Amino acid sequence: MTAGIALELRGVWKRFGRTEIIRGATLAVRAGERVAIIGPNGAGKSTLFNLVSGRLAPSAGEILLHGARIDGLAPHVIHRRGLARSFQVSNLFTRLSVFENLRCAVLWSLGYRYSLWRLLSGLHDANARATELMAMLRLERRRDVLAASLTYAEQRALEIGLAIASGAPVVLLDEPTAGMSLAETRRFVQLIREVTQGRTLLAVEHDMGVVFDLADRIAVLVHGEVIAFDTPEAVRANPRVQEAYLGTTLAGEAGR
Amino acid sequence: MSEPRPASPGFRFRPWNLGRWLVWGTYALVLLGAPLAFTSSLAQTLISQAGIAIIVCLSYNLLLGEGGMLSFGHAVYSGLGGFVAIHVLNLASAGALHWPVSLIPLAGGLAGLFFATLLGFVTTRRAGTTFAMITLGIGELVWSMSLMLPEFFGGEGGVTGDRVVGKAVLGVTFGPQVQVSLLIGAWCWACTAAMFAFTRTPLGRLLNAVRDNPERVAFIGFSPQRVRWIAFMVAGFFAGVAGGLAALNFEIVTAEVVGAPRSGAFLLFTFLGGTSAFFGPIIGGVLMVLGTVVLSQLTKAWPLYLGLAFLVMVMAAPGGIASLVLANLRLAAHGRLRAFGRLYAALAASGAAALAGASAMIEMVYHLELNQALGPMMRFGGLALDASHAPAWVGAAALLAAGGILFEVARRRFRVRWDEAQVDIGRVLARREAA
Repeated sequence: MTAGIALELRGVWKRFGRTEIIRGATLAVRAGERVAIIGPNGAGKSTLFNLVSGRLAPSAGEILLHGARIDGLAPHVIHRRGLARSFQVSNLFTRLSVFENLRCAVLWSLGYRYSLWRLLSGLHDANARATELMAMLRLERRRDVLAASLTYAEQRALEIGLAIASGAPVVLLDEPTAGMSLAETRRFVQLIREVTQGRTLLAVEHDMGVVFDLADRIAVLVHGEVIAFDTPEAVRANPRVQEAYLGTTLAGEAGR
Repeated sequence: MSEPRPASPGFRFRPWNLGRWLVWGTYALVLLGAPLAFTSSLAQTLISQAGIAIIVCLSYNLLLGEGGMLSFGHAVYSGLGGFVAIHVLNLASAGALHWPVSLIPLAGGLAGLFFATLLGFVTTRRAGTTFAMITLGIGELVWSMSLMLPEFFGGEGGVTGDRVVGKAVLGVTFGPQVQVSLLIGAWCWACTAAMFAFTRTPLGRLLNAVRDNPERVAFIGFSPQRVRWIAFMVAGFFAGVAGGLAALNFEIVTAEVVGAPRSGAFLLFTFLGGTSAFFGPIIGGVLMVLGTVVLSQLTKAWPLYLGLAFLVMVMAAPGGIASLVLANLRLAAHGRLRAFGRLYAALAASGAAALAGASAMIEMVYHLELNQALGPMMRFGGLALDASHAPAWVGAAALLAAGGILFEVARRRFRVRWDEAQVDIGRVLARREAA
């Protein structure tokens, strides 16, 4: 166990039948660091997130959160240990309002369990926290709108809101800016930076502009293996990475 | 009729805020005033059964509307609650147990809670279709147990009891029906308030979240199975209370109370009343009694009419009567309801004509099939019809056709106007939000 390491993967494998999606991925993310995970389509980025967040159990290897093993635990247990995530496709409580979505997401961290004995209106800390989150996400004016009726960009903001609501120290964002316009993306990166202040962030991201803008370090995943994990400059210069991204030049995309 | 849009946030049923005293006070007044005001035996029957049906439909909607759990076996919990309640009543009668009659429904509720805890552990592991299939399986299981264990279920004759136990307390023996009706009214009010409060608790809101997206609930720290399970217990408790009240009301519990037809009725009437608003099942409960008690007195074909009503509701207004009420309240709030007065009258008149024609034919078929010994003449709404001759059939068919065509014309117009009004209101709301 290394001090200062928030999340560590040690030789993680995931097989579906005879197909190997993740092949011995190893990664150590320092506390407070912002890490972007990049890689070609089908490299296993989303699977990696699913393994870390408990949606899937690894076939082999260890995953450690703050030095304690979490591999194979149920998602809600992993969440309680301090790891939260967002999804690539918005995954909201569609028939609840923005406020209700956020209030549900803050309940556990404020100590409320499967409580039948108190009314929501009396949970002043939960209501205040949900209101505060709405302000951070710039959704105050949409307080009572059902999540299903929000615009796409608003849904993406709420999606991240649900992930950061609990205050979990480690946050996984799965393609937070996917499908957004350039202007929206720029605003959104600023938002992500604000709301993940002081936390450990892992983000899967396709937009190289966002990656180089946001990340302290970049992990490159190819065929289920981490082939490089370094600062943006070093990754850009890495010949193996350039080879994997045959046909696209990282430097070119980053400059856009 | 067009599908009503979800009500605007300004028109949610929320007596917890403004006017809560008025709403809950009126509700108590109706529940306790009705048994005192209407003393005929038919009225007492209707009122007491409606109180019970309201509790059971509300409890069912905790599963269906609040939790997205389509149960085909809710009668298991109301029924087993009823059986335990009548056994507790008999133990109290025999002096073996000191349990006041007014709290017999609590015994039913605890039994419902117990069985929901036990069986719900398996049932609520999964959601969706799997959940529905498991409830169906457990319903069949308990039904077959009722035939195998006559000591508990009383065999074909059921279990009887006597609700007059011991000396009268303050003159209340629960012998007269009106006293039972009042007891049911009081329990109905308390259960409604408790279930409404439940929907305002953290667990109640998490249950909505599980309905919308169980997977995401796990990623905010809660186990969706656990949320469903606890909600299932709560619903089982209130179903058991209703079963216990029914045991007191009828002083007999037979095996059919745990059967699939009973579970089906809970689903049907909760849906008719409306699952998306809290008060929908209250309407559903009243309809259940009107449908099964009054309609079954009027015609042998009553299940056919109920089936038709269910079909029409599923297609025209899947949100049930409650959604129609809310949609019209929304129109009224924007001053648009009056414009629909004539259209509603046209729909009602043409619909009634079509229904009269259709039901005349249905009744004639039933009369010819079931009452042959009585001859072809039958009474239908004050008319004497000869079911064996053409004129009655032609007349009924003509009425159905004319009513149907006029209804369709009115419906199309209504639809256009309705959609226009909704678009206008949407614009007004959007402008208000932007301002």
